[in-house]
Amino acid sequence: MSNIILEINNLTRRFGVFTAVDALTLSVNASEIFGLLGSNGAGKTTTIKMLTTLLPPSSGEAHVAGFSITTQAVDVRRTIGYVPQAVSVDGSLTGYENLLIFAKLYGLPHREQQSRIREALEFMGLTADGGRLVSEYSGGMVRRLEIAQSTLHRPRVLFLDEPTVGLDPIARDAVWKHLADLRTNYGTTLFFTTHYLEEAESHCDRIAIMHLGKMAALGTCKELEVSLGSAGHTLNDVFVHYAGSALDSGGTFHDVSAARVTAQRHG
Amino acid sequence: MINTYIHTITGFIEKTFVITEFELRKLRHDFTELITRALQPALWLLIFGEVFSRSGMMHTGNIPYLDFIAPGILAQSVLFVAIFYGINVIWERDLGIVQKFLASPTPRAALVLGKGFSAGIRSLSQTIIVYGLSMLLGVNLNWSPLALLNVLIIVILGATLFSTFSLIIACIVKTRERFMGVGQVLTMPLFFASNAIYPTGIMPGWLKTISHLNPLTYVVDALRTFMLAGSTSAFGLSHDYAIIFFTTIVLIVIGARLYPRLAT
Repeated sequence: MSNIILEINNLTRRFGVFTAVDALTLSVNASEIFGLLGSNGAGKTTTIKMLTTLLPPSSGEAHVAGFSITTQAVDVRRTIGYVPQAVSVDGSLTGYENLLIFAKLYGLPHREQQSRIREALEFMGLTADGGRLVSEYSGGMVRRLEIAQSTLHRPRVLFLDEPTVGLDPIARDAVWKHLADLRTNYGTTLFFTTHYLEEAESHCDRIAIMHLGKMAALGTCKELEVSLGSAGHTLNDVFVHYAGSALDSGGTFHDVSAARVTAQRHG
Repeated sequence: MINTYIHTITGFIEKTFVITEFELRKLRHDFTELITRALQPALWLLIFGEVFSRSGMMHTGNIPYLDFIAPGILAQSVLFVAIFYGINVIWERDLGIVQKFLASPTPRAALVLGKGFSAGIRSLSQTIIVYGLSMLLGVNLNWSPLALLNVLIIVILGATLFSTFSLIIACIVKTRERFMGVGQVLTMPLFFASNAIYPTGIMPGWLKTISHLNPLTYVVDALRTFMLAGSTSAFGLSHDYAIIFFTTIVLIVIGARLYPRLAT
């Protein structure tokens, strides 16, 4: 039996003449923490949107826990959790209500809903704040609530798009501690995008670097550092080597403004 | 086979009501909305209605003009609030809320219909306001429970219809600025090309044809029939109901198809 939970084959997405993701092929093992790196506009978010069934691929295929993202989208949705880059909990509801709506939408058995929510709040260190309106939360608390919301149904793979963007270092550490616990306790596979190199270095089992829609490098941080040849390279050197030539990119206006709004709300 | 079919249907209804429930929970902290909703119908009835009623220019048969427009103003106020409902959806898209719901196994049509219903239930506040104003102005209202029940159903359906229409526009234009423009362009024609404040009988032929294609006309006709004592429907109530139902279902289906566009 193979241990592969996420299998991506020649996944491609074009927008008009622009190819955002170009024949991406990649496998991720169960319970792995996998980081997708790249500069803005490299195709990271487009990749996550295809894997979470939000965007149909132009060609190619991917399987999550054996389900096809193109023909078995509903099964994929039941199997995954998704934390978008922008704020995805509702500020006009309490933390508890934000969790309750997802407990109901994912069809958790009625008897288990309350215990799961209590457990999720406790797990994310939010027990005391469940009854407060989310609009009063700090950025780090919002992120932890979003992760609690996306993991209530115990997804096998959790996709996170820039999970720590706009957070201060203390909040960032807290988010990562909780994410690492998810894997330890539930065996959740984490697939996330970031452009914080130190984050990738300290938390990922393996990383892939995307550049202009293509995969430029894949391996453990050590492997990639060694791949540059002579000793003493850092992950930063690796990143510049594989993705350094595209400083002119930077995403669309919508991406940039969405990221800024997110940073502002978290900050 | 039949079991999975029933399971799908009950799941769909359940998810729809979950969405509606949480949309309504958000209201608890926003009472200003109820006040702003009251203002417009009050202006139309107290000023426009009073003035035109005195002028005697509108010939509305054996119904006094104020009685004639009271249901029209209710329908108009439902339309005006519902048509801007899509702005919330664009707001939720600019955050990541729409994306997160779309990545969950909830049926798309349940997301759309659940939001539509919540707009419908919110419109009940306007119903109470228009009834209150009508009583003050001496409109001859029909207080039979059956008639009142039908008014509630028509108001909820009408708000669901127009808020879903609004959601479709939001899915197409995607930005707040463009949405506000389109919304403003649409509301007045929908309102004036209807029987809300004058009977279609006095319209020129081309406008009459347009008004007969306008779902608001049938909402107004049904409301007028149920709200007023001794009023009869111009098109037939089953005709009104059929058109409102059919249009709502078509819009829900289109909305469910277009809703995923918001995530891209």
